[in-house]
Amino acid sequence: MADFLLELRCEEIPARMQKGARGELEKLLRREMDAAGVEVGDLTIWSTPRRLALIARGLPTETEAVHDEAKGPPVGAPDQAVDGFCRKNGVTRDQLEVREVKGRETYFAVIEKPGQAVADLLAAAIPAIIRDFSWPKSMRWGAASISSESTRWVRPLSGIVALLDGEVVPCVTDGLASGRVTRGHRFHSDGEIEIAGADDYAEKLRDACVLVDHEERAGIIREGARKAAKAAGLTVVEDEGLVVENAGLTEWPVPLLGRFEDDFLDVPPETIQLTARVNQKYFVCEERAPDGTTSLANAFICTANIAAEDPAVVVDGNRKVLAARLSDARFFWELDQKKTLDEHAKGLERITFHEKLGTVADKVDRVAKLARWLCEEGIVKGDPDLAEQAARLCKADLVTEMVSEFPELQGLMGGYYAAKEGLPQEVSDAIRDHYKPVGQGDVVPTAPVTVAVSLADKLDNLFQFFMADLHPTGSKDPFALRRASIGVLASLERNQIRLPLERLVERSYRELIYDWRAEDRLACLSIGRTAYKSDDGTEGWYIVPSPVDPDSDLFEDPDFSKLLLIEYYDYDDTRELYDYELQDCGVFEFLRFVAYREALLDFFADRLKVQQREAGVRHDLIDAVFALGGEDDLVRLLARVKALQSFIETDNGTNLLAGYKRAANILKKEEWSAPENLDGKDLSYTAETAEKALIDALADAAPKAASAVSEERFEDAMAALATLRGPIDAFFEDVTVNDSDPNKREARLNLLARFTKAVGNVADFSRIEG
Amino acid sequence: MDTQLQSTPTIARDPARSFQDMILTLHDFWAAAGCVILQPYDMRMGAGTFHTATTLRALGPEPWNAAFVQPCRRPTDGRYGENPNRLQHYYQYQVILKPSPADIQELYLDSLKAIGIDPLKHDIRFVEDDWESPTLGAWGLGWEVWCDGMEVTQFTYFQQMGGFDCKPVAGELTYGLERLAMYIQGVDSVYDLAFNQHGVSYGDVFLENEKQMSKANFEVFDTDLLFKKFEMAEMECRNQIANNVPIAAYEEAIEASHIFNLLQARGVISVQERASYIGRVRDLARGSCEKYAELKAPEWAEKYPEWSLV
Repeated sequence: MADFLLELRCEEIPARMQKGARGELEKLLRREMDAAGVEVGDLTIWSTPRRLALIARGLPTETEAVHDEAKGPPVGAPDQAVDGFCRKNGVTRDQLEVREVKGRETYFAVIEKPGQAVADLLAAAIPAIIRDFSWPKSMRWGAASISSESTRWVRPLSGIVALLDGEVVPCVTDGLASGRVTRGHRFHSDGEIEIAGADDYAEKLRDACVLVDHEERAGIIREGARKAAKAAGLTVVEDEGLVVENAGLTEWPVPLLGRFEDDFLDVPPETIQLTARVNQKYFVCEERAPDGTTSLANAFICTANIAAEDPAVVVDGNRKVLAARLSDARFFWELDQKKTLDEHAKGLERITFHEKLGTVADKVDRVAKLARWLCEEGIVKGDPDLAEQAARLCKADLVTEMVSEFPELQGLMGGYYAAKEGLPQEVSDAIRDHYKPVGQGDVVPTAPVTVAVSLADKLDNLFQFFMADLHPTGSKDPFALRRASIGVLASLERNQIRLPLERLVERSYRELIYDWRAEDRLACLSIGRTAYKSDDGTEGWYIVPSPVDPDSDLFEDPDFSKLLLIEYYDYDDTRELYDYELQDCGVFEFLRFVAYREALLDFFADRLKVQQREAGVRHDLIDAVFALGGEDDLVRLLARVKALQSFIETDNGTNLLAGYKRAANILKKEEWSAPENLDGKDLSYTAETAEKALIDALADAAPKAASAVSEERFEDAMAALATLRGPIDAFFEDVTVNDSDPNKREARLNLLARFTKAVGNVADFSRIEG
Repeated sequence: MDTQLQSTPTIARDPARSFQDMILTLHDFWAAAGCVILQPYDMRMGAGTFHTATTLRALGPEPWNAAFVQPCRRPTDGRYGENPNRLQHYYQYQVILKPSPADIQELYLDSLKAIGIDPLKHDIRFVEDDWESPTLGAWGLGWEVWCDGMEVTQFTYFQQMGGFDCKPVAGELTYGLERLAMYIQGVDSVYDLAFNQHGVSYGDVFLENEKQMSKANFEVFDTDLLFKKFEMAEMECRNQIANNVPIAAYEEAIEASHIFNLLQARGVISVQERASYIGRVRDLARGSCEKYAELKAPEWAEKYPEWSLV
C-alpha cells in the first residue's frame, strides 16, 4: 500500500473557482485510476490561491495481473470474422487457441495482462488530468503559447509535485517536469521546499506560512473575525460566502479590524455592507445599544494574507480605500434625494424594458393599473389608491445613482427614498418588498398593498413575455418567468387569495386591445361576433371584425370567456367572408391570444405541480384534480387536492378507487357510451338487492357530493363518496353486469356510468395510481 | 536657468517623495529587465493598451518587451479639478512582455519593491479580474493587484487581440501611477502629490489643465464638428486599410475612439446610438489589426515555422 501526493502549483486561482477545481481534480483522478484498474479509497483534496493538492492513501503499488478469455468464431469461419475478432481483442491470429465447444472447433483469445506499477499509471494519468481539467475560463501563457495547442490552465501552471510513497512519479507536461520541490508563502517564505511525501506535505507548508487546508483557513477567518469584533465590543455580521472567498484569497489569513468615520453611518446600512463586501471583501460589524437594539457599527474586518510587521499600516490603507468607496456611496445617497421618486420615475421613459415590450415607464403604467384593479375587485384587500401609488413609484429607483452602482439594492433603495420623502409607510414598504418572493424560500409579503404590487409586477411580466412569444423553453428562462410564477403561486397560497387566473389573462388582453385603440394604431379594430348556422346544421360563432365602438361593452359581456373557447374557428372561411386585412383587424391577434392564454395557464399549472411535488404532494392526485379542467383558482384547487390526499389514504378511499377502476374498465371493455341523461329511469325489471342498494346509495351520495363540491366543502364531498364504497363492492360481488337480458345489461352499464360520473365529479380517479 | 540648476545640490532619487522619481525608478527597473523604454504615443487615447507597442505588437510571434508611460484621456471622468481622485487626464505605466516570462509575477513584485512598497509591510493580493475590450476584439485573463485593499495594477495575459489568438501570449502590466504615488506619498488628493523634489506639485502641473479640459469636454466642444471628425477618421481609416498601411489606419481608429468619448462627454449620444458607435470603432480597430496581421503574416511565418496566424 502506498500514499500518493499530487500538488499542482500555479499563479493565483480565482477564489470562486477553487471549490469546483477540487471537485474536478477528484473526478479526473478517479476517472484515470478507474480506467487503469486501480482502486482508490478516500481522497483528501485541498486548495489555496496558488495550489491544488491531493492525497490518496492506501493505493496499491501494482495492479493485479488480469487473465481474460474471449470466445471467438468457429474454425473455418470467414477470414473477415476471425480478423475482426483478433483486432477487437488485440491479439494476432497465431496467438489464438482452438478449443472444442459443443463438438465444434472454436477460436479463443487468451489475454494475459500483466500487473502494472501504479507509479507508471499515475505518471500517465497526471498529464491527462491536466489536459482534461475543466475550468470556467482557462488560458495559455509563456513561450509554449506560440502554438494554440499549448497547455491551458486557469492561470500559468508553475510546478508539479508528484510523490508515491516518497518517490517522484516522473512526468512532463508542456516542458514542466514533476518533482518534489514546491514553494511556500509568496512573501513569508523564500526559496524552494523539498517535500518527502504525503505525510510531511501539510506541515512543511505550514512552516512556510501556507495553510494548505482551505477549511482550516476558513475556520481561522471565521473565528478571527468573531474574536476581533468581540475585542472591539461588537459582533461580526456572519457571512459564510465571504469567509470562503477570503479563504480562497489567502494562504496565511490574518483578520484585522478597522474603523471608518461615523458620518458614513448616515447612509443605509445595506449600502455600507454591500460596498464593504462586494468591492473590498470586508466583513461588517454590529453593535448593541443598551436598549437591546442592534445597528451597524463603524467597523470593518479585512483579511490580510500576511502577518504584517505593523498591522496598523495595513488596516489604515484599507480604511482609506473603504472611505473613498463610502464617500461615493454617500454622494449617491445625497444626490438621489435631490429629486423625488416621482421625478426619478420620469427617467424610466428612457429605459427599454424589452425591445418588443416598450419602456419601463410603459410597464409601470400597466402594473399600476393592475395593482389598482386587484384591490378594487377585492381580490387583494388593499387600498387601491395606495397600491397604484406604490406601483407607480416601484421602479423609480432603477434610475438612481445608487442602484446603478449596486443593482442588487433595487427596491430597497426605493423604499428608503420613499420613506425619506414622507410617503405613507404602506407605499414605502411596498416599493421595498415588491420584488419578493425571489425564488423559493424567500419571505412572502403579506402587507396587502405590497401583495398587490408584487403580484401585479410578476403577472405583468408573465403576460407580456408570453404575449410576445418569449416564454421559457427547455432550460432557458432568460426573463425568470418560472421564478415569477412560483412567486405568484407562493403569494396566493400564503395570503389565501382567490385569483381568477383566466379572468386576469383576459383582462391583460383587453388592456392590450384598448392600448392599441388608444394609440389609434388600428382605427377599425374591434371584435364582434355573430351566431351562425351552417348548411350541415352545425351552429357556432363567427368572430367578426367590425368597426370600433369606443364604448363597446363587448368585453364586459359575461360570455366573453365562452367566446374565447370557441373551437370551430375556420380561418379561411372568415377570410372569404371578410376579405380585408384580417391581421389588422384583430382576428389574427385574437387567435394568437387564445393560444397564449392556454400556454400561460398550462405554464401556471406546471409550476404548481412542480411546487406541490416538491412540497410532497402526490403528483397523480394533482393530476386527478387538474384533469377536471376549468379550475384556475389555486386556493380551491389545493383544498381539493388536500382533501383527496387524505381520503385516498383511508381504507374507504383505496377501495372506492378499486371499485371506480373496475367500473371504468368494464365500461371501456364494453365500449359503452351511456346516454346523456342517466337519471330517473325506472327499471323494467326488479333490481337485485345489491343493485338496488347501489342505486339508492348513488341517489343519496351523488347530489351530496356535487353540492359539497360547489360549496367547496371537499372533505364532505369525499365523505359522501365514501358511502358508495360498500354498495359498489357488494354490487360487483353479487350482480352480473353482462346479463343475457339486454335490458338488464344496459341498465347496469348505465348504473356504472352514473357511478363513475359521480365519483369523477370530485376528481378524475382514473389518474390516480394504485 | 542652467546655472541655477547646476548650483542645486544633487538630490538622490526617491520614489516615495516624487512622482517623477517613481516613474524614473520604474524606467530603470524595466530597462534593466530588458525592456525597450518608449515615450508616450503622440495621440489622445483612453488607455495605454491602445499604444501600438501593446496592440499591434501583441500580434505575431516575435518577442517584444517594452515599457512606457501613456497619458490617458477619459473625458467623462473630468471633475473640473474638484475631485481629489478623478481626472480626465492621467498617466498609466504600461509594461508589455511577450512571450509572458515564467517569473513575470516576481518581476512585477520586485518593481513594487523598487518604488518602495514592501510586501511584508503591505498586503499585496492578486484578485481575479479579467479584461475584455470589444473595441479591440481583445480579451485576457488576469488580476487586479491590491495593495492594502487598493487596486494599483491591472495584470493581464492577453489571449486574443484584433480577433486573433495571441501566439505567443503577452503579459501586460498597467500601473495606475497617480494612485500608486498617492499611496506611497501618503496624500489624500492627487493635486497634493509632489511631482519632483523641488517643490512642484501635481496640482501645479495639471490643475489648470483639468479645469479647462473638463470645461472643454463637457461644455465647449462643437458637437457638429465632432460628428464630422468622427466620420472623417472613419473614412481615413478605411482609406489607409485599402492602401495597406494598417498602422496609419489604426491611428485613425484611435482618433475615432477618442472623438466618440468626447461626444459621450457632451451627452449627445443616446443609449441606442452608443452601441452603434462602439460597433463602428470596433470595426475600425479590428480592421486595422487584421490588415496588420495579414500584411505581416508571411514574414512571421517564414521566421517562425511553428507559428500560424489562425
